[in-house]
Amino acid sequence: MLHIVNKSPFNNSAMDECARFATGASVILLIEDGVYASKAGTTYEAKLKEILGKVEVYALEPDTKARGVDKITDGVKLVDYSGFVDLVEKHKTYSWV
Amino acid sequence: MSEEMEDNENVKKIMFIMRNAPHGGIYSYEGLETVLIMAAFEQDLSMVFIGDGVFSLVKNQDTDAIGIKGYIKTYGVLEDYEVEKIFVDRQSMEDRGLTTDDFAIPVEVKEADEIAKLMQEQHATIPY
Repeated sequence: MLHIVNKSPFNNSAMDECARFATGASVILLIEDGVYASKAGTTYEAKLKEILGKVEVYALEPDTKARGVDKITDGVKLVDYSGFVDLVEKHKTYSWV
Repeated sequence: MSEEMEDNENVKKIMFIMRNAPHGGIYSYEGLETVLIMAAFEQDLSMVFIGDGVFSLVKNQDTDAIGIKGYIKTYGVLEDYEVEKIFVDRQSMEDRGLTTDDFAIPVEVKEADEIAKLMQEQHATIPY
């Protein structure tokens, strides 16, 4: 399952909730304000590393660039729009809006 | 929903994921309305309450003093519409100091990994 998160983990519980349900062959894709979860050096980094120990995490690069998030936590994979489409093709999706 | 219907390939498994409290926005109400409308199409519907969504099921909601019509009683008709798969995430419930006794309708409490598995089995998962 592809879990899409578009909310910042700093003011919304969507990412934390998503992390509890992303199990097995799940992957997480961070888009829009969700990409703040991938920023290195934040109080969320340790939590993200735990998540990365369990499932793959992707971040949409146009959204990281747009927000000046240039230091990404190790292990997070950046994708462009066509990478986004590839993920959607490969998985069932759920959006944690 | 009978087993015969569940085996029918024209019947889709559709899960409504309820993650919002009842009166802070329109999502929770709209989700319930949508389930009741969809029930007319005889699909395999389920609802799962996660996060603040669990507050939507709390009985004894009295909305008179905030000037809106409450809809907690509407959950009671789900059974009449044969929507019987109503799940609650245990951790969300416990984090909010709730037990199944606090809810207006009977629910099935599930662990996160069980819910994750159910989500994977759906044809569609709809956020509300």
